[in-house]
Amino acid sequence: MKQRTPLLRKSAAQTLLASLLCILLGLLVGYLALLIIEPSGAWEAILAVLKNFLKYPTGAQKLKYFGSTLVKTAPLLLCSLSVLFAYKVGLFNIGVAGQYVLGAAASLGCALLAGLPWYVCLLAAVVAAAISGALCGVLRAYLNVNVVISGIMLNWISLYATNLILKGGMEKTGKDTIRLVKANKDAILPTLGLDKLFNNNQYVTIAIPVAIIVAIVIWILLDKTKFGYELKATGNNLNAAKYCGMKENRNIILTMVIAAALAGLGAGLYYLSDFEQWNVNSSSVPAMGFNGIAAAFLGGLHPIGAIFSSFFIQHITLGGANVDLSHYCAQIADFISSIIIYLCGFVLFFKTCLNRALDRREEKKIQAARANSATEEGGNK
Amino acid sequence: MSNEHYAIEMLNITKRFPGIVANDNITLQLKTVEIHALLGENGAGKSTLMSVLFGLYQPEEGIIKKDGVEVAIRNPNDANALHIGMVHQHFKLVECFSVLDNIILGIEPTHMGFLQKEEAREKVLALSEKYGLHVDPDALIEDITVGMQQRTEILKMLYRDNEILIFDEPTAVLTPQEIDELMEIMRGLAREGKSILFISHKLNEIMSVADRCTVLRKGKYVGTVNVADTTKEELSRMMVGRDVEFVVHKDPAKPTDVVLNVEHMTVASKMHSNNAVKDVSFQVRRGEIVCIAGIDGNGQTELVYGISGLEPLKGGKLELCGNDITKAPIRKRSTSGMSHIPEDRHKHGLVLDYTLENNLVLQRYFEPEFTNKGGFLRKGNIRAYAERLIEQYDVRSGQGPITIARSMSGGNQQKAIVAREIDKDPALLIAVQPTRGLDVGAIEYIHKQIVAHRDAGNGVLLVSLELDEVMSLADRILVMYEGEIVGELDPKQTTVEELGLYMAGAKRMEVQ
Amino acid sequence: MVLLIQYTLIFAAVLLLVALGGCFSEHSGVINIGLEGIMVMGALGGALVMRFLPYNPDTANLLTNLGVFACVALASIAAGMIYSLLLAVACINFKADQTIVGTAMNLLGTALATVIVKSMNTAMNPDDHSSEIQYINAKKAFLSDFGGKFELNWFVVLALILLVISTILLYKTRFGLRLRACGEHPQAADSVGINVYKMRYAGVLISGFLGGLGGITYITAGVSVWKFENGVAGFGFLALAVMIFGAWHPVRIAGAAVLFGLFRALGNVYNGIPLLANMGIPSAVYNMLPYIVSLIVLAFTSKNSKAPKAEGIPYDKGQR
Repeated sequence: MKQRTPLLRKSAAQTLLASLLCILLGLLVGYLALLIIEPSGAWEAILAVLKNFLKYPTGAQKLKYFGSTLVKTAPLLLCSLSVLFAYKVGLFNIGVAGQYVLGAAASLGCALLAGLPWYVCLLAAVVAAAISGALCGVLRAYLNVNVVISGIMLNWISLYATNLILKGGMEKTGKDTIRLVKANKDAILPTLGLDKLFNNNQYVTIAIPVAIIVAIVIWILLDKTKFGYELKATGNNLNAAKYCGMKENRNIILTMVIAAALAGLGAGLYYLSDFEQWNVNSSSVPAMGFNGIAAAFLGGLHPIGAIFSSFFIQHITLGGANVDLSHYCAQIADFISSIIIYLCGFVLFFKTCLNRALDRREEKKIQAARANSATEEGGNK
Repeated sequence: MSNEHYAIEMLNITKRFPGIVANDNITLQLKTVEIHALLGENGAGKSTLMSVLFGLYQPEEGIIKKDGVEVAIRNPNDANALHIGMVHQHFKLVECFSVLDNIILGIEPTHMGFLQKEEAREKVLALSEKYGLHVDPDALIEDITVGMQQRTEILKMLYRDNEILIFDEPTAVLTPQEIDELMEIMRGLAREGKSILFISHKLNEIMSVADRCTVLRKGKYVGTVNVADTTKEELSRMMVGRDVEFVVHKDPAKPTDVVLNVEHMTVASKMHSNNAVKDVSFQVRRGEIVCIAGIDGNGQTELVYGISGLEPLKGGKLELCGNDITKAPIRKRSTSGMSHIPEDRHKHGLVLDYTLENNLVLQRYFEPEFTNKGGFLRKGNIRAYAERLIEQYDVRSGQGPITIARSMSGGNQQKAIVAREIDKDPALLIAVQPTRGLDVGAIEYIHKQIVAHRDAGNGVLLVSLELDEVMSLADRILVMYEGEIVGELDPKQTTVEELGLYMAGAKRMEVQ
Repeated sequence: MVLLIQYTLIFAAVLLLVALGGCFSEHSGVINIGLEGIMVMGALGGALVMRFLPYNPDTANLLTNLGVFACVALASIAAGMIYSLLLAVACINFKADQTIVGTAMNLLGTALATVIVKSMNTAMNPDDHSSEIQYINAKKAFLSDFGGKFELNWFVVLALILLVISTILLYKTRFGLRLRACGEHPQAADSVGINVYKMRYAGVLISGFLGGLGGITYITAGVSVWKFENGVAGFGFLALAVMIFGAWHPVRIAGAAVLFGLFRALGNVYNGIPLLANMGIPSAVYNMLPYIVSLIVLAFTSKNSKAPKAEGIPYDKGQR
């Protein structure tokens, strides 16, 4: 009975294959769009998207901007962990964008308005987001409100609330919040010397190792612990979880709290690195949250996969800014990543088809073997 | 053959699926104006054969003839056009539509696209008059009884002027009295010139209503017999391929201490404002099997939900082995000696996307044997435990402990649940329809396990809709009707007919 | 006050149209989270027509006005329907997860519209990198002015007409009966010869039709230039809340739409109402209002959902 499963049968291999296919098709569609807009520079444009920091001539510059890509990858990774964690428990956390926004409000609010040090700001980001997640979870668990719709509503509420709160920490001119370097140096995350590794890129902080460690922790939590066993059971079959005595409502709320906390942590780690400021006139939530959805699905809903997919999504998003703006626009990268999410919807279908094709091949092999042995027997007679 | 007139002939049908021959050279000939039974266990190929007849599957070999002429049936519409109709085992009715809307759905009389229901209503009323099928055409499906829903399905076929009527396991949901009525309706339909195919695995019903019977076993054609010339025993031998014991061998019960004490229990209903369980009191003792009998939907489900903790009680008191568990959470009940084989193995019993081993520890994963102090799962122990249960309870699956539960057969899924629940060695085992949808072999096996558990000195509360099961397993029968216990019977001193009267509410006694 | 009514009407019309769209899709059994994206594409279709249609308000008469209105409406409908095919193909033919696909469509809608508008603007003027389309003149074609006080957008009237048609279509015709059967019990519909896939396509396409119209109505409400980077500010989701609150029934949806429209309109006109203006509440609070209200309403109405039973479950003919 024990035999090695063929490579293509392995779920991990299938997921990887499906993700690569999604990327390839997404890039192809993006390239076609560029061709339609202006054929002459399309190839350079798609290359610019794919190259991102590699476009710089010297190694030192490459390293520095590689660092900057990582700075933006850390929050994206946490957003995608938030999405995939909730998804494993059967909840689609589209509210990740709003939870991220609240994280920004809390961390920048504490840093700019209260002058608190970075660890307090970071904690505040996590707690603020977690509270909003808890609200979503309670609404789902006790009042049966669809988390997708409540999540979207909370996205908008969070956005306007954040604008309102951070107005107090605005630059005199412009619409952005004051840079932490000027307002409160203690609120900037420590670098622990990591900045030196990236050609003195001062934005490279502990955020990056923290994000990766969190990814590993989430993986262990989901895969190896009793808690993960309970959460996944709740996600797969709420009734069975209740039947065997798990506290299914508590699990739903806890899941949303943890998922939201991850998004809040992402925002804290990003805004406390002082890489970007909050625009208090924002009329839509930052793309980080929604890109997190793309990264989560592209990473095959696996925490380790999410590390790579987050980097890829961030890589092309930043690369999008490098296209020749006299013909094209930076949103081509958003276009490509939304195509990729769309294609991720087909992954299940892809796997079913692949398995069916493999079944058919095996069936044929068995039949051929049977036919062979039959003719052999016939020959022996 | 020339002097016989056949309404439908399915000749030498073969249908293969990857890895299995579902129908292997099967021939079924339905005479005009006869009631023809199709007998076979679950998985014998009955539903595949019917799907072929309805054009849902195309057979690899064989032909179908209607009135002696070969026909091609590519989809259900072709079958409808040939006036073939079917009452499915799970009714195909839209719950929030009226009876009339359900009947006309698909062949709605319209004027410029607008529905014209008056004409249709008259035709439906005339048909129900003619065949004695009384249903209010304006009632919503969700408000009427299962029996009336079935009559709606029959009217659907008649409204379409179908000549060949197929009934797929039609009696599973009915009371003995309703079953008698249905048999009468079927005879009436045959008298009016309809040809009827009656799919069943209940031998009594076949003996009472069918003219001829075709038997299938494991995808193969076994034979066709005249019902008048055969016996129940012979039919069952044809169906199973060996002699079947109709009775479960068990010694008389020796009840001792009370394990479950239910006092004045009331449970609210989710469907209506009435209570689903009304002021019910009874006891289960060690060493006996107490069986709750009744027609589906008379509060048995809610009774079990109340005892197992899935629903809160509205009133009353529960004691398990002398301890008050009225308000105890599910986990507490489970760890203090209660096991529950749930009614719906897909809804409650299994996490279908989990592996078999993870499902087998569903009630015990939190014990120190399977989770260490740090909260990490002990996967080695889980594997070893799963392997032991699989071995001991003969649970068969493709890849052993790592098989995904979804990919297992229904019988083996049920065996896995039975293994998990009995292996906890509970003082009280609640088993709700533990053999639903299983083949004879698996049923025998599960019955033996339940009796063995009783003999080991534990109490069993069995809820069943199958009267044969009730009569053969129970030491004591409690009949539920509209949320109340209306009778307590001794299976040795009662008959199926008497049981039926209680189940239908025609008779009741003061219990307690 | 008149202004408040005017804005309430127009926003209610938007929500009504889009919620009706969601209603058709869900009655056929497909959850349409992608309505937001469909609105953006519908808005884009209509805006492009308004941008390029030669129209001079001074020389126009009723006939030309009607013509412009019809062209704009048709362009939005066409864009919405074509875009909704993305949902139909993925979820009906390929049984994709409806939530993922819907989310992707929302993101794609904004991204695609931005790319299209920006590259169009840049192509016409290399220095123009904005994602805006202006339609100040063409918009006048379908605005009726009543004494300079009250402005009636013809799309409001169209929404009312479509409300009546939708109600009749769903409950009085063969099509409606079959559509609802597919959302409640597709196996039953299939067993009586109804093509479930076709009906679901119809449901999704109608939601594209109505969603597209909702999109163009939204961007002609009060403004005459639209920045496509901003999408439609969650109106697609508000419409879903309206649909749930309206228990999937057109008439009740209309009532819910008026209520939500009122809260949205407050954000536009509170400055003109002395009582509200004097309270000194920041505008952000008014902006939040419709979303807060919908969250509260959902909390009270979701417990006993009247949602079609089979919605969200891909229909597979093979599974019985």
